[in-house]
Amino acid sequence: MASAAQRRIKSISYAKYGYMFIIPFFLVYFFFQLWPLINTFIVSFHGNGLEEAQKQFVGFDNYKVILFGGEARAQKQIHNSFVSSLGNTVILWIGNFVPQIALSLSCAVFFTEANLKIPGKEFFKIVMYLPNIITAASVAVLFLQLCGENDTLPGALNQLLNKIGIVSQDSAGKYDTVRFVTGTTQSRIVVMFIQTWLWFGNTMIMLMSGIQGINPSLFEAASIDGASSGQVFTKITLPLLMPIMSYTLVTSMIGGLQMFDIPYLYHLGNDVNKDLKTIAVLIFEYFHADGEKNKMGYAGAASVLLFFITLVLGCIAFYMTSDKDAARKKKERKQMAKKLKQESKQFGGFSI
Amino acid sequence: MSKSMKSTYGDEGNYTQSLKVKSTILTVWFIILTIICLLPIYILLINATRSHTEIANGLSFFPGGSFGANFKKITSDNTFKLSYNAFNGYKNSIFITVCATFLTVFFASLTAYGIHVYDFKLKDISYTVVLLVMMIPMQVTSAGFVSFMAKLGLTDTYWPLIVPAIAAPAVVYFMRSYLQSSFSMSIVEAARIDGCSEFRTFISIAVPMMKPAIAVQSIFAFISNWNNFYTPNMILITAKIDKKTLPMMVSSLQASDKISDNGAIYLAIALSIIPIIIAYVALSRFIIAGVALGGVKE
Repeated sequence: MASAAQRRIKSISYAKYGYMFIIPFFLVYFFFQLWPLINTFIVSFHGNGLEEAQKQFVGFDNYKVILFGGEARAQKQIHNSFVSSLGNTVILWIGNFVPQIALSLSCAVFFTEANLKIPGKEFFKIVMYLPNIITAASVAVLFLQLCGENDTLPGALNQLLNKIGIVSQDSAGKYDTVRFVTGTTQSRIVVMFIQTWLWFGNTMIMLMSGIQGINPSLFEAASIDGASSGQVFTKITLPLLMPIMSYTLVTSMIGGLQMFDIPYLYHLGNDVNKDLKTIAVLIFEYFHADGEKNKMGYAGAASVLLFFITLVLGCIAFYMTSDKDAARKKKERKQMAKKLKQESKQFGGFSI
Repeated sequence: MSKSMKSTYGDEGNYTQSLKVKSTILTVWFIILTIICLLPIYILLINATRSHTEIANGLSFFPGGSFGANFKKITSDNTFKLSYNAFNGYKNSIFITVCATFLTVFFASLTAYGIHVYDFKLKDISYTVVLLVMMIPMQVTSAGFVSFMAKLGLTDTYWPLIVPAIAAPAVVYFMRSYLQSSFSMSIVEAARIDGCSEFRTFISIAVPMMKPAIAVQSIFAFISNWNNFYTPNMILITAKIDKKTLPMMVSSLQASDKISDNGAIYLAIALSIIPIIIAYVALSRFIIAGVALGGVKE
């Protein structure tokens, strides 16, 4: 039996402290994230250009123009640039994800293989993660310097190619440089390389922790049964690594949709390289332009489309990481309880 | 070893030998990868110490002697001063980064603690909200964010760069998982019996217990804030050079045609990444462990 004092302690409610502790987070979240998100939707239904035009309600016109174009040339241009930037985003993402996952998966597998004697594993890990912490803006400007394509003053990469003999130099001292900055394929390859260079260490460490989470007795059993390392990889490591791999895939897709710093900065002169213009760069350019050129409405509409793409991908990621076993067990338990209830009814209300 | 034994155990010898060969090949491969990882940074540091003409003449793997001249150029040259000021850049970046990191970590711990320790009606809903918003990228909300900030008149100020750091759902998620694994409610009850106020319990009992998680998250918050280029670039639109952050200054070097001294440009880039490399070398063990925990979102 509880004494009066004990009952009183039980009756003290600490709920208000819970609210007090979480309220700053939700206030700031509402003002700086949720409201801007709603505001993006609002803006997407309004006009473009100067302030008065931005207040005008235009319904779904912005979406129509972005998705299907229109009669006017300017509208067609907007539609075309949206489609091409979506294409650029996909190309750049695939071009960085495929080599990245191949490289990081192979490194992770070799690092975690117990019988291989590789000295300095820790050192390799630290070095391979290093590019990820460097300011992306600085990386873009650095590679712009390294890949410089000036005839008289080439960057380090063209100089290196010259030494090997790929890039020739005429009698006047002019180099026949590879167009690493302005060429379509070349510039895309450089950006893909930079992205891979930045992210493969990160992916590798995540996959390594995934592999280390696999029950070691499985590997032991496989080696006792005489499985080759290829068999171990395809039959044990890969299937058990699938959840974390698919999670990496989806988060990398979401990250790829946001690709901004490097495509935005990797160009000469004032305009962003049109072969590198990703969707995030396009949105930024739209709402960042001054006065007449401002396209706040289109920026909002493109953001909303991007939001829905992200939402779908996010739901997939959530589904993949959620504990399917737990959900299944819960379902089974429910069914069992139902069955028991039915059975007990059949036996005249007596449970067995 | 007798002949019969050799025939029996010959395979074993082959096995260890092939392992050795494989290990050597892999080590060489990893060394090549290491070189690829480090080469751009190495060339950057070397070229930062060489003069413009030396760089134009060709590649070198040994430092030159023009570090002083380059440094003088980026601190006193007039064309440089228009777009790059290392001292101001450091000052602004450190101010924003330290404030934002502190707010992120403090309020994320507070929120995670509030959700974990107390029972209230909206507890589950609020945690679900945290999980849901984890995935929404900044780029999606930025159009609405900028137009809202312009309405409030907060563009060109640091407020939109610092205050939003309070709401960091990914950090809250990490802190909550940490609390779930290593924080027992009986400690809170003991503190209550001793007459400790709720907030004091958080500050003097929960925070010291969460130190490892706080350390890891502070490092990641610091790095991501220091490297942030997107948000400052859209908020500090018309800000003067003395209010810009370091990544913004580096990016403006790219747009400028007037600066033709490559050595100085290399040094300017190097100055922006050297602090973070030093911090990384010192804290690399924590960082690698943190990544392995999946504690980073980006």
